[in-house]
Amino acid sequence: MATLQLNNVVKSFEDTQVIQGVDLEVKDQEFVVFVGPSGCGKSTLLRMIAGLESTTSGDIVIENQRVNDLGPAERGLAMVFQSYALYPHMTVEDNMGFSLKLAGENKEARREKVLEAARILQLEPLLDRKPKALSGGQRQRVAIGRAIVRNPSIFLFDEPLSNLDAALRVQMRIELARLHEELKATMIYVTHDQIEAMTMADKIVVLQGGVVEQVGSPMELYHHPRNRFVAGFIGSPKMNFLPVSAESAAADGVTIRLPGGDTTRVPVQGTGCQPGEALTLGVRPEHLVLDETGPLQGRIQVIERLGGQTSLYVEMDDELITLMVDGDVTHRVGDEVRFTFEPRRGHLFTGDDMALESLERHPLASLTRLDHRAASDAEA
Amino acid sequence: MNKTRASGRTVGGLRTLSLQAPAVTLLLLWMLIPLAMTVWFSFQRYNLLMPGMKGFAGTENYEYLLTDPALWSAMGTTLLLVGWVLAITVVGGTLLAVLFQQDFFGRGVARVLAISPFFVMPTVSALVWKNMMMHPANGVLAWMAESVGLPAMDWFSSLPLTSIIIIVSWQWLPFALLILLTAIQSLDDDQVEAARMDGAGPIAIFFNITLPHLKRAISVVIMIEMIFLLTVFAEIFVTTSGGPGLATTNLAYLIYIRALLDFDVGTASAGGVIAIILANIVAIFLVRMVAKNLED
Amino acid sequence: MTTTLSHKDAPMDAARGNAALRSKRLRNLGIAVLGWSVALIIFFPIFWMILTGFKTEAEAIAEPSLFFSPTLENYHDVQARAGYFNFAWNSVVVAFGSTLLALLIAIPSAYSMAFLPTKRTKGTLLWMLSTKMLPPVGVLVPIYLIFRDLGLLDTLTGLTIVYTLMNLPIVVWMLYTFFKDLPQDILEAGRMDGASTLQEIVYLLMPLTLPGIASTGLLSVILSWNESFWSLNLTTSQAAPLPAYIASFSSPEGLFWAKLSAASTMAIAPILVFGWLTQKQMVRGLTFGAVK
Repeated sequence: MATLQLNNVVKSFEDTQVIQGVDLEVKDQEFVVFVGPSGCGKSTLLRMIAGLESTTSGDIVIENQRVNDLGPAERGLAMVFQSYALYPHMTVEDNMGFSLKLAGENKEARREKVLEAARILQLEPLLDRKPKALSGGQRQRVAIGRAIVRNPSIFLFDEPLSNLDAALRVQMRIELARLHEELKATMIYVTHDQIEAMTMADKIVVLQGGVVEQVGSPMELYHHPRNRFVAGFIGSPKMNFLPVSAESAAADGVTIRLPGGDTTRVPVQGTGCQPGEALTLGVRPEHLVLDETGPLQGRIQVIERLGGQTSLYVEMDDELITLMVDGDVTHRVGDEVRFTFEPRRGHLFTGDDMALESLERHPLASLTRLDHRAASDAEA
Repeated sequence: MNKTRASGRTVGGLRTLSLQAPAVTLLLLWMLIPLAMTVWFSFQRYNLLMPGMKGFAGTENYEYLLTDPALWSAMGTTLLLVGWVLAITVVGGTLLAVLFQQDFFGRGVARVLAISPFFVMPTVSALVWKNMMMHPANGVLAWMAESVGLPAMDWFSSLPLTSIIIIVSWQWLPFALLILLTAIQSLDDDQVEAARMDGAGPIAIFFNITLPHLKRAISVVIMIEMIFLLTVFAEIFVTTSGGPGLATTNLAYLIYIRALLDFDVGTASAGGVIAIILANIVAIFLVRMVAKNLED
Repeated sequence: MTTTLSHKDAPMDAARGNAALRSKRLRNLGIAVLGWSVALIIFFPIFWMILTGFKTEAEAIAEPSLFFSPTLENYHDVQARAGYFNFAWNSVVVAFGSTLLALLIAIPSAYSMAFLPTKRTKGTLLWMLSTKMLPPVGVLVPIYLIFRDLGLLDTLTGLTIVYTLMNLPIVVWMLYTFFKDLPQDILEAGRMDGASTLQEIVYLLMPLTLPGIASTGLLSVILSWNESFWSLNLTTSQAAPLPAYIASFSSPEGLFWAKLSAASTMAIAPILVFGWLTQKQMVRGLTFGAVK
């Protein structure tokens, strides 16, 4: 049973505040991903939880105990570093057993625990090798093994997959998810890659400039981003943004005038929004559809064919709009195209970049992998 | 990387302090106590041969020293020695570094031979040069001169300072070579090839690519050599004992004469203070140079 | 058509190629000759000293000659003079003792500078280096008097203390340069695994930077071994190391060149070999990070 709370946690380096008052609650067995662009403070926050960075103010609470003043090892956590940080002069076995050695455990007990972790990670044949003799993926597994051996209450991962090639990254993603199931441990994972966040997280924490922009399940962030930053950061390719103006606004929807002159009604909470107000419309590339009678139009600048899907980059009023369309479209560069979107797929952002709330919650928005597990546990 | 570097500063100034305390305290003591004493003595009438005559001397020692032509001559000698040796070793070291960077048969062995003088203790190299190289009767140089019909030269009496400069340069040239060679080897091949594609010849490459690349290494060479060259002692002690006259007496040797040969602690200390001031002027300039290296 | 053309050109190309090859060979030969000449000229005094050590005293001062019947007599004589071994032993004790002490004091200091830097770290480093610029002669008198009063004059303890402090700034600097190359993650992983600062240093930092520590130590040994200012001024006979012994040959009555050469050879040989073996590592530390 490992829970973590952050209460108004602040971190300052000299004059600059890099973490500006973060509140967060991590449930037992939850897989939480901190995601954000580089320099957003996600790694710093993780290192503060680990105890590698001091906390300027606020509380870090693990299992109802304030741990601010405890050293890294006393917090009962384990961390997997981006660079793996294996001890190059020790064998795999000694790497994994180092913490136990420092804790004064005898050789047999150490060996037993190391072998158990090695079994889970299929590292048995490599135990006598030095890190130098391992591939990137193997090193990664040793680093994870070193964490497992400590039997920590919470696992911390600092961009653990960023040094692997694309194929291996996908494989390790699946392996980590499997490991999470098997160990039933609480995990906190830092990445700048929103795909890793989307695929692995129960809960995503989007950070920017040391501030939490939004916390929620992957589908919640995708369908109900709280502001323009989250909307742009989650989802790939990036969401398109168009300048629009409000024709009329009410509690049951906002009617907007599109760049082409047409109007459409987006089902969002419009109280507080003034007619004539400049808004930003956000539509994801996969939600734009080609339609000869559509209200939006532009000229194709670039076509990227991926086979199953095709990305069209369309120039509209000096802006490049991305469309994800069927792989078999026959358009060519230079073609004029018209396109549209379902109104419920539209997001509206006010001048301060905050989203107007959708009237209807997406059915998948509250779904987490934790729920899957609860369901399967109930069945069993 | 920066973010990991920045991290440490947080974990506690106390830990930093306790880890650094021994080194810092010792160096502080090593520097401050003798420094304070030197300054104190420099205002005292204090001669070990005349124990009864102790007392406050005011600026007497300084006046005595500053009006002593020996001081000015020693300062001039110090600067000449440092300046010439630096010039010879930096220019020579750069040329040799370029030479030894070329691939040729037995380069490794040749390089090891060329850097050897750096590991020879100053007293030995001074003696070898004095007795076996520059000796007017039995030296190798004299023999070489005679075998081509020239008169043998008595190096230490006709060109005393030049002789010292030759010996000290011989000792420090390998050091410059070592550092500059390491620096040259770190030069990106792509850069040289790009320059060659742009039509640069070997000389243009040397001045436009190699030399700028060596700038920081050269500044390190100058700094370290300066530290040691300002205090050259054994080479003079063993060969000329500062002579003939004062021709090879540098500041270090002058203070040595005053303190340990004349037993005049007061004057020697005043000389020490002057040496320290001189060194500090140089140090300020040098530390700036190194600080720039530390920046990136 | 093209084939015949190229056939016709082939001999000409080959000739041109040969000429290019020949001029390149000539150039390489020139560089080799130049390189070797310079190396041999620089090394000559050492070579001559080693050679003289195997001559008789009469041959040593005779007309320079490469041909003579080598003798080990000088080495026997030098060993027979009980003095030599005392001096050599003093050198060993002082050089290694001061180096171990300096490393012991410097490692924690360099560790904290490299891994727990503060705003003052850079300043502290530069200050340490600046103490090195303080001319020893400026503080000779006080040190001499302090040592006299403490009874440290002409003792191995005294000389060891001086050498430790003399080399401390450079040792801290070099270690700092080497330590900074170690990824901090590894030490942090150790901290997560429960290592104390001491355990971090002993189990992780030291084994991982051993080559750097070793070359720093070797440079410190070399500098102490060859140090000639303090050894000449603070010792007379009891604790005098090799530089003082060798310097005693500068007096006219000490002029036995062959013996001097034999003794000198023995005095520099260990350090010379040390230096040869470790030059590359040592230099990397000495460049203070100016050269990667």
